Amino acid sequence: MKTALKRVLAASVAAVAIGGSLAACGSGSGSGGSGDGANGTLTLWTHNAGNAAELAADQSLVDAFNASQSKVKIKVQAFPQDSYNNSVVSAAAAHKLPCLVDIDEPNVPNWAWSKYLQPLNLSADLSQNLPSTVGKWNGQTYSVGLYDVALAMFARKSDLQAAGVRVPTAEKPWTKDEFNSALASLKKLGKWDYPLDLGTAGTGEWLPYAYSPLLQSFGGDLINRTDYQTADGALNGDKAVAWAQWFRGLVTQGYMAQKSGQDSTKDFLNGKSAIVYTGSWAADQARKALGDDLVVLPVPNLGAGPKIGGGSWQWGVTTGCQNSQAAMDFLSFMLKPENVAKVASATGTIPATQAAAALMPDYAANGADSVFREFSKSYAVMRPETPAYPFIATEFGKTVQDILSGGDAKSALDKAVKNINDNIKSNNGYKS
Amino acid sequence: MATVQLDPTAVARKSATRGLRPGTGIGGWVLRIALAIVFSFPLLFMFVSSLKPDQQIFGDLSSIAAFLPVGHLSLDNYGAVFDRVPAARFLVNSVGVSVVTVVLGVIINSMAAFALSRMRVRGKAVILTLIIATLIVPFETLALPLVWWVNQLPWLQFDGFNLTLTQGWLDTYRVQIVPFIANAFSVYLFHQYFESIPKELDEAARVDGASWFTIYRKVVMPLSGPAVATVAILTFLPAWNSYLWPLMVVQSEELRPVMIGVQYFFQLNVSWGQVMAYTSIITLPVVALFIAFQRAFVNSIASSGVKG
Repeated sequence: MKTALKRVLAASVAAVAIGGSLAACGSGSGSGGSGDGANGTLTLWTHNAGNAAELAADQSLVDAFNASQSKVKIKVQAFPQDSYNNSVVSAAAAHKLPCLVDIDEPNVPNWAWSKYLQPLNLSADLSQNLPSTVGKWNGQTYSVGLYDVALAMFARKSDLQAAGVRVPTAEKPWTKDEFNSALASLKKLGKWDYPLDLGTAGTGEWLPYAYSPLLQSFGGDLINRTDYQTADGALNGDKAVAWAQWFRGLVTQGYMAQKSGQDSTKDFLNGKSAIVYTGSWAADQARKALGDDLVVLPVPNLGAGPKIGGGSWQWGVTTGCQNSQAAMDFLSFMLKPENVAKVASATGTIPATQAAAALMPDYAANGADSVFREFSKSYAVMRPETPAYPFIATEFGKTVQDILSGGDAKSALDKAVKNINDNIKSNNGYKS
Repeated sequence: MATVQLDPTAVARKSATRGLRPGTGIGGWVLRIALAIVFSFPLLFMFVSSLKPDQQIFGDLSSIAAFLPVGHLSLDNYGAVFDRVPAARFLVNSVGVSVVTVVLGVIINSMAAFALSRMRVRGKAVILTLIIATLIVPFETLALPLVWWVNQLPWLQFDGFNLTLTQGWLDTYRVQIVPFIANAFSVYLFHQYFESIPKELDEAARVDGASWFTIYRKVVMPLSGPAVATVAILTFLPAWNSYLWPLMVVQSEELRPVMIGVQYFFQLNVSWGQVMAYTSIITLPVVALFIAFQRAFVNSIASSGVKG
């Protein structure tokens, strides 16, 4: 089979892995070439259908860009987030990709490898961006984001005080022992069936996004990052097994439910848990509900330092775009501080640059949300920059669920490693 | 070993004496009511929750209040749905796509079944077997090759007074309809039903000079109401629930069906009240359709021995 065809097939399988519903194959060229942009109109696809605030912010930037020059027009088409990847892969197979796409950062290497995306050549300076807002693969930049989000834990100050638990800070997060002890103390209060809600009902990308940082905080990882060719040792070594046993232990000790409610943040706000594992996106909602009683906690240091997942939605230019320069100009336009601040404000996310943060009171020094930018700067670990990531993410998600269900930790991790290694081998190492 | 011989007629007489069929006693009714409650609770929860604010939905979850219209009730979620999603447009699209698919599906599939049931076609048993065999292949397997194919199909487009030949059906209504008109299960269902209609009726019509099409239109189809109703429902439901296919072939928002709209609500910080309001809106037509056709639907299922 042609290498290019294999790539499209693998990318399609990756889409299945991410989206969970699409069986896919492709046409051979391996490119998402479409002809979009040839007539002076560049189409932009975004995952924000239904997300009125972010879509309106994006649209306002598009309107401003369209008004700023007369050579090209950008046209927005919005898709629902859960099905967005499947729409992109289908369009790539039919050679109907638009010029501009937004993309969840961990998928950038896979889309670059599948030749959906071309390397960016922007006039904007990306050196001041948060590292997690730049999507790279093989030493080249393929995407750039206007914001990031940060994982954190929310609790009520009054509950922690009642349990006699120290409130951790970004400088001094809980250690593993402190975290376990805090859970035991909170459990003793008897106010909740389970004091901790880690969002175990979550599916899809939530599983690797939320739980691989805990694995990394134990010292394990999803793959050996020296050459991205094997997960052996990283995902099934002693540290990974220790993480899995600890994680399952949270269930067996009655600290968290094997399967949480569908909306952990709302459950927390309704008093059904003492600590919820969520992120910057839920801060406004929680602050409105709890006021000064809300405390935003850093994730615990489980041995190798506190870790959170880096990388959110970013923008890229497709290979088939007939006016790549205009697409690049638009991305550079978006990266102006006032535009970054506009989108980050509308979405309640962490602005990509300090210059934009300075325009946002909540993210200025000591602002209500500045702690999230601190978490992102200090703790963020990018998900593995390999085209194999979508497959790895799916395997890890299945493994997490096996572990939560009480499966043998070592066996579950070994199985994941074998499947990941087989996938990498069958794709010839995902070499460029 | 002693054996007991039961006299079936005696059992029948006993039942007749009591005037009861199995399952019609108090126990049967209790069971029916219990089943009705079990099956109606999810719908009840959906409708009731659509009237409540999010905090209350989650607050009520641990009690029977989750199924009762109590607390702060309003139509706010319905208003918000129409602000967030072009729900009216999606509804119109789904109604249009589903109705056209049903109408064309009934006509095309019944014609195919009529030919296989009534006309002299060499190897028609093999043809029917092959048609039924296609049911084994899951749609997900065909989806992407089908995207490729529909993207190659030609179309004649009127542009003012000019007629131009274009290529590719993506991002249109027809791409949501045409691939689902011919349906193996519908052909099979019509075929089975047509087999139960006496062939003497056709012969009488032929003696009177009727053509095959006249027999189809004026003899067989008027007697096939239950089969038509069943095929209509079984075609309508997947057309209405269609998600994967429009996701892959439709990019413009103004062409999307209702099921794509469900995903609009699953962004960060999901508003469950709005989800329930939207799902209530899109469930109503299906429930109404089933209620309207349920007698014919059950009759056809019972007579053809097919589970839908």
